[in-house]
Amino acid sequence: MTSRTTALTTAAHEAGEARGGISNPILGMLLFITSEIMFFAGLFAAYFNVRAAAPAWPPLEFQDKLHILPLVGPATVLLISSSFTVQLGVWAIRRGDRTGLNRAIAVTLVLGVTFLVMQAMDYLILYSEGVRLDAGTFGTTYYTLTGFHGAHVLGGVIMLGVILYRGMAGQFSARHHDAVEATSLYWHFVDVVWVALFSTLYLLPGR
Amino acid sequence: MATTALTPAATTYRTGLYEWLTTTDHKKIGIMYLVNSFTFFLIGGLLALAVRAELAQPGIQFFKEETYNQLFTMHASLMLFLFIIPILAGFGNYVVPLMIGAPDMAFPRINALSFWMLPLAGILMSSGFLVTGGTAAAGWTSYSPLAQEKYSGMGTDLWILAVTLVGTSSILGAVNFLVTIFKMRAPGMTMFRLPILVWTVLVTSVLVLMATPVLTSGLIMLFIDRNYGGHFFDPATGGNAILWQNVFWFYSHPAVYIMILPAMGIISEVLPVFSRKPLFGYKAFIFATSGIGALGFSVWAHHMFTTGSVYLPFFSLMTFLIAVPTGVKMFNWIATLWRGQLTFSTPLIYALGFLSMFLIGGINGAFSASVPVDFALHDTYWVVAHIHYVLFGGSVFGVFAGIYYWFPKMFGRRLNETLGKVQFVIMFIGFNLTFFPMHVLGISGMPRRIADYSSTAGWNDLNLAATIGSFLIAVSVLPFLWNVFITLRSGEPAGDDPWQANTLEWATSSPPPPYNFDHLPEIRSERPLFDQRHATPAGTGH
Repeated sequence: MTSRTTALTTAAHEAGEARGGISNPILGMLLFITSEIMFFAGLFAAYFNVRAAAPAWPPLEFQDKLHILPLVGPATVLLISSSFTVQLGVWAIRRGDRTGLNRAIAVTLVLGVTFLVMQAMDYLILYSEGVRLDAGTFGTTYYTLTGFHGAHVLGGVIMLGVILYRGMAGQFSARHHDAVEATSLYWHFVDVVWVALFSTLYLLPGR
Repeated sequence: MATTALTPAATTYRTGLYEWLTTTDHKKIGIMYLVNSFTFFLIGGLLALAVRAELAQPGIQFFKEETYNQLFTMHASLMLFLFIIPILAGFGNYVVPLMIGAPDMAFPRINALSFWMLPLAGILMSSGFLVTGGTAAAGWTSYSPLAQEKYSGMGTDLWILAVTLVGTSSILGAVNFLVTIFKMRAPGMTMFRLPILVWTVLVTSVLVLMATPVLTSGLIMLFIDRNYGGHFFDPATGGNAILWQNVFWFYSHPAVYIMILPAMGIISEVLPVFSRKPLFGYKAFIFATSGIGALGFSVWAHHMFTTGSVYLPFFSLMTFLIAVPTGVKMFNWIATLWRGQLTFSTPLIYALGFLSMFLIGGINGAFSASVPVDFALHDTYWVVAHIHYVLFGGSVFGVFAGIYYWFPKMFGRRLNETLGKVQFVIMFIGFNLTFFPMHVLGISGMPRRIADYSSTAGWNDLNLAATIGSFLIAVSVLPFLWNVFITLRSGEPAGDDPWQANTLEWATSSPPPPYNFDHLPEIRSERPLFDQRHATPAGTGH
């Protein structure tokens, strides 16, 4: 061979760890989250579009239908808390504390499922009060935005379940826990979307 | 003495159907992308022939109006979503890891997933032909209220699902490309030594990542409107029909660049190799590509000038601005050819076809950016001429340049030059005969998406010419298919580097082995193979 060739250390290269920096799965998740932000941006744009065009918002027949208490407010607190618990799990595994990781992920999982249950209960109440998917633009936008957020929470819950299963199988260590980092990023994202959604639907003054 | 037999199963390269169905090799996935996309190109082409047959003369000859609507809707949808976008992703899949000296894409299994969504999407979309009411028929733009439940049947729901699948495939592919390009480059392959094609795939992936999810949100809204009594696009109940157009074009204008940028990348690889010169203005080209990507997000409403609900001066200005980076690229290409030592092989001829036809497509596009002109030309055959000069004259000629250029790498054999040139001549004549008259038809007011026209409007001859041209295009595909067939059977062996090329994919064998490289040349510029060929012997200094 000529001297002008460079031997490749294929294994290290393939793992994307040749030159350090952000790992492939984490970068992949960040990029995927970028696309998810644009997805929700589309939904938010639609919401504000029909909201701005409406003579009054919420429309007269839906005034006083959305209530922060007793369900949505506490559910919000739970979901925001779950961002802290998942981060505790990440910090635990960075120290190599597998038990701490599993505990934190289990708590996060329970909080996520509780949020979904509370959202479902809230849906049932609203539905019985006539706020339905086909009830004008108000119902359509409300259920589409919160529903797709809920679907993303469900996706996050499934990912947390996988992390918990793998964590209990002892697959993560202080060096190797990209899946934990990626899942926590996704969970934070889901949380941030809810903060934006909650602020828009419940805190933004009507007109 | 007990020994453990090591099964080499993991390293053997199985062949056969099972291997293709389960592969995560970017090269096999890339080839499957190309084959799948080309199949939909043929189907979409047959639909176009049906459309042109109906339009050959005034009156209704072959199809009812409802059927005609399905034909042009499916022609556009298959060509855009299942041919142009995926075939360029297919080139990216095959070539990008090789060009950056990587063993595979960053996420090989996600790569396989991205591919397998496409045939499924194509089958879903086409299965509209089997259901009551037929396929989607509201045009590929599916404007409300036409695409709503009241006017469109189940075919539209299948269309929505299919386009959502294609979008998801694109998004996953974009994540994969970006991570691959950012993280998997060989030592020495800095960002400003990346081949131009890799840069165009990078910018395209950013566009996909930012634009496609917005279309997905719109498709979901449309689906909810149609199936669950939603009101997003229904003005009667507080919705907004223009909202769909905004959301749709926020994706579909960047999508135009998704459909052209990688083709620009392909010819930017071909032109330097066959001119025996480096690409003129490498960095300018990269900045122009990035500029097109950035500006691409601020021009979507130029498709909506006539709605009366967009701010015309802004979108007109931004649209004209796009001509600047595009013009930079034209000069890059022309200056690359200038005083080059040209070898008129088939890839170069297709690249020249791209240059000339895309120039026309760019100029007639800038025309329509002018608001008063657009008011006159909106929804006429002028628009049909424009899109085909860009996407056929541009992208499809670029695709063929790419096929002729990389076929030797993919299969180890060179396509026949004579047949390639015969194909080019027939296709070039057929293309111009089909689409140039549409400029005149558009200016004289012929609306698009109609099955019939008045025999006294003076449109008869030009329509007949366009129909003859379209059949010529169809004929030109035959020598290509024959060429591929005979070359795979008994083509001229290509060797590793038949074109004396510049980029890393030519440093490995043809076809490349699994995981691509044993050794890489030293990478000191964007043309590592050129450097290697012209290197001073080791030890003698520079």
